[in-house]
Amino acid sequence: MKVSLRWLSDYVDITVLPEKLAEKLTMAGVEVNEVQVIGENWKDIVVGKIVGVGAHPNADRLRLATVDLGKQEITVVCGAPNLVVGDKVAFAHVGAQLIDGHTGEVVRLKPVKIRGVVSEGMVCSEKELGISDRHEGIMVLPPEAPVGTPLSGYLGDAIFDLDVTPNRPDCLSVIGIAREAAALTGEKFNIPEVCYNEVENAIDFFASVEIVAPDLCPRYCASLLTGVKIASSPQWLQQRLLACGMRPINNIVDVTNYVMLEYGQPLHAFDYSGIRGKQIVVRRAEEGETITTLDGIERILDQDILVIADKERAIAVAGIMGGMDAEVTDNTTTVLIESANFNQAAIHRGSIALRLSSEASLRFEKGLSRDLPLVALKRATQLIGELAGGKVAKGVIDAYPGKWQREPILLSTAQVERLLGVEVGLSEIVKALELLGFSCEQTEASLEIRVNIPWWRTDISCSADLVEEVARIIGYDSIPTTMLSAPLPMHEPIPMLSLRQKLRNVLVGCGFQEVLTYSLTSLEMMSKLSPELRLIGPAPIRVAHPMSREQEYLRTSLRAGLLSVLARNERYQENSIRLFEIGKVFLPRKGELPLEREMLCAVLSGLQRGLFWRGKAEPVDFFVAKGVVETLLSQLELVASLELTKDETLCLGRSASIIVGNDRVGVIGELHPKVSEAFELSETAYLIEIDLDKLSSLIASTKEYQPISRYPSTSRDIALLVSEQITYQQIYAIIQDFPLVTQVTLFDLYVGEQVPAGKKSFAFKIVYQSPTHTLTDEEVDRVQQQILDKLSQEVGAALRA
Amino acid sequence: MLNQLEELASKAFDELGKVTNLEELEAWRIRYLGKKSDLIQTLRSLATLSLKERRVVGARANEVKKALETSLAEKKKGLEQGLALSLQRESLDVTLPGESVLLGHLHLTTQTLDEICSIFGGMGFQVVEGPEVEWEYYNFEALNMPADHPARDMFATLWMDSDTKTGDRPMLLRTHTSPVQIRVMEKSRPPIRVIAPGRVYRYEATDATHEWMFYQVEGLAVDKNITLADLKGTLFEFTRCLFGEERKVRFRCDYFPFVEPGVEVAIDCLACGGTGCRLCGNSGWIEILGAGMVHPEVLRRVDIDPEVYSGFAFGMGVERIPMLRYGIDDIRLFYGNDLRFLKQF
Repeated sequence: MKVSLRWLSDYVDITVLPEKLAEKLTMAGVEVNEVQVIGENWKDIVVGKIVGVGAHPNADRLRLATVDLGKQEITVVCGAPNLVVGDKVAFAHVGAQLIDGHTGEVVRLKPVKIRGVVSEGMVCSEKELGISDRHEGIMVLPPEAPVGTPLSGYLGDAIFDLDVTPNRPDCLSVIGIAREAAALTGEKFNIPEVCYNEVENAIDFFASVEIVAPDLCPRYCASLLTGVKIASSPQWLQQRLLACGMRPINNIVDVTNYVMLEYGQPLHAFDYSGIRGKQIVVRRAEEGETITTLDGIERILDQDILVIADKERAIAVAGIMGGMDAEVTDNTTTVLIESANFNQAAIHRGSIALRLSSEASLRFEKGLSRDLPLVALKRATQLIGELAGGKVAKGVIDAYPGKWQREPILLSTAQVERLLGVEVGLSEIVKALELLGFSCEQTEASLEIRVNIPWWRTDISCSADLVEEVARIIGYDSIPTTMLSAPLPMHEPIPMLSLRQKLRNVLVGCGFQEVLTYSLTSLEMMSKLSPELRLIGPAPIRVAHPMSREQEYLRTSLRAGLLSVLARNERYQENSIRLFEIGKVFLPRKGELPLEREMLCAVLSGLQRGLFWRGKAEPVDFFVAKGVVETLLSQLELVASLELTKDETLCLGRSASIIVGNDRVGVIGELHPKVSEAFELSETAYLIEIDLDKLSSLIASTKEYQPISRYPSTSRDIALLVSEQITYQQIYAIIQDFPLVTQVTLFDLYVGEQVPAGKKSFAFKIVYQSPTHTLTDEEVDRVQQQILDKLSQEVGAALRA
Repeated sequence: MLNQLEELASKAFDELGKVTNLEELEAWRIRYLGKKSDLIQTLRSLATLSLKERRVVGARANEVKKALETSLAEKKKGLEQGLALSLQRESLDVTLPGESVLLGHLHLTTQTLDEICSIFGGMGFQVVEGPEVEWEYYNFEALNMPADHPARDMFATLWMDSDTKTGDRPMLLRTHTSPVQIRVMEKSRPPIRVIAPGRVYRYEATDATHEWMFYQVEGLAVDKNITLADLKGTLFEFTRCLFGEERKVRFRCDYFPFVEPGVEVAIDCLACGGTGCRLCGNSGWIEILGAGMVHPEVLRRVDIDPEVYSGFAFGMGVERIPMLRYGIDDIRLFYGNDLRFLKQF
């Protein structure tokens, strides 16, 4: 909201600089985003009066204006079309800083000779003064402008751009801010006295009000004026509206807007001739009822929307926007002014349902004081009487079914100290609250007061609210800083946190870059994970009103997100990309929140290592990916075995389940070429996916120290010829099982011309060691022979010559 | 005897000539000049000879020994020089690139979260987590924002598709990490001291400073006698750890429905130092945290007596911190996952 300092000054003496006031307001909860100072650079610019206009001797389009500046008269050359003798104007002396009307640049006024006539000074346009972009003519000041005074003293202002928090609708008004400013600076707050003569018949003669929906309209006040003359508002009023960002319309509408800005109470003026049957009915709209609002749009209403109606039809959408049927026009002579209180939720919902919000609805939906309508109504009636003439009907209508009873709140010094952590004396508390308009009475208990809430504050309902008020006034800066001294709660470790951290660190060590991808995705993206482009896995949960199709469904796996990041980054010609994400996937559950499963997904493609000047880098393959899985699991003291599996995203025969114990914890494999194509990948990619919730349940800290043998080890290499169907695991398991064997490493696998067709050759290094003695060659030979015998029996392995 | 000596000498010189490296030289030395060598044995056995023989043989043996020692020293010197030369010949171009070790990076957000959690960990705050898809109740109502509460407009919400007409409770993507406060307080009794990092979501058009998905860290401390002064101390310490000693910290009154009194914590602008610039919107201050004393209504709802217990809560956006620190001017870089961005950190 924008508030003019000049306007504020009507209610409170501002004795501090605008910046200082802005800081005080900000610290106390009303944030000032910006202070725009008008007239900051108006040095050497004064109010003048045109006392003579003459022709320029050498130019038809220029004239000579003689300006009275109080102590002197100066004649200058002027090209403006609107020079009128008697008008008050802004006159700039030589040396004044102005904005060039054509270029918009800041210039300093110099004495010039224009077509042979010396001109020392200038009559200014609004643009030249930096007030607006108007440059068609000179700015004409109100007749009461005092000749000779500096313009900054007369017109200078500071416009505060404020962020008002939703709990303080009272601060969506100049008076609300003035109250704050008064409390924060200790200056006195004055509200203008409202009085006017009521000379017309009693208002009941003209209209009555019936509130059919008192739950949605706790109070409805109205006044009426006959014989008003619709015209433009006076300049001072227009200027104030403009300064607050509102467009002047006519004197009636402008007054309702002015009083809304002044008091924070939205008002509405009806053309009385548009109200049929002399009656205002506040009711829910009928299903399908229509109204054309002031913006010219026909709106279809329903029962959740509150309307202001006459005997026959809706004439306004309550609290949101008036209707065309009773709009104030140039022909209006009698106006009925509405000042009401509406249920905040009803206005909020109505505004959403109609997709229509207004200055009025923005205020009503925050919940306004029920004491405000009458105060604001009287002010508006007075101003309309003054500015539009007319006769005010006797009395006001005040239908008030939702009368407000506000209980005082008890507050003790102990409560203040308990929340703030600093002792504040009772007198200081009382002083702070009274500055804000609260009234305090001592109770029977010592150091306790009964606090009455001022009528304009709707946000105070408990002692904590009062403590904040005290803190605001004494200043948050004056509260000390202390460290928590309370005992620490018992530590309850969350295994998932350490698991996640461990996995992240290992993966980073394995060359993987962590990425974080969006939780929402599209069906299209998810279906790319199947070669047939169909959705795999459980049906994803949908967002009710997605921002876009790309962000419509909660992801059920991390795969798609990661693969599209891979594709995107391949374009930057990285020759080796390894990515992983640890995050949640969302699986639907009937009548419950979705299951949020913690997953790890990693992808790798390109070369095994970066390009290097020595040796050649091979592309990654299945076994590089498997090595990563083995490394990860070994860090968790787990051993995985792989078993060929079917997974639509991956190539059959090149994909496997990762099995720990008896549990399938994940999959690993080469991406299916069709999937790769769908994601527009250029390199063969391998994918690893592990369910961390499952993994976490398998981790058991059973680690035990293994003594290191004091005796030397002996190693033997053997090459075995086996049939192609025999797996590594089968042979490994046999060898590993023998006593004295401490390590079995496959160091070569050969299939080709050197071995018979249908056979392959495995070369193992076997390390033998005893914990009790140095092994002799005979001992090792004996065990090795036993191994070979068993291999021969069980898998038909022969020692390769 | 003398002949043997001469033979020995000529053999020794002969072999020395064939020595090509320092190891062989050492072997040669042991063979001809070592304690067990023939020459030394000969010198030792002089006592068994006649005086005349002893003089002749002894003199000659000493001459041979000296000559061998001199040659040894020369040979050694020569070999050492040769070694130095050959090493020099084989010297490396040390400017050639080293083989880079494949090493990934944690995402900048993860790094920042780790840093935040570790600072609060040091102050006794334990990490807890809550669901990202939440009931409306936890995201709003329990936090003192009943239906149609005006403050709900501060949180543009992504609602989940659900059939509320058939009695399904409304579900949403949490708009802040504050629901975790409620879940923690429902489960445990004071003393409570937790932080809750996690993803949050807003129905929001994205631009350089707005993302629809981002991370927050929530904090909560509840016990007897916890005060606004403790809140100030804790968050002051946090900003000091994160941004350094020289930053100024400002605590001002602000409004969040689930705290009372409410606080906004700002630091003086890292770019301009408080004089006002584009980064801080000319205010000189950069807001980094929202905080306050837990609202008595919130405590009451989870059955913690606000007359006995008090507490403070705070919440902060995570991405903002590295953005300020490294001058990152577009939040969309975080989850755009361009490796050229991520690998910088």
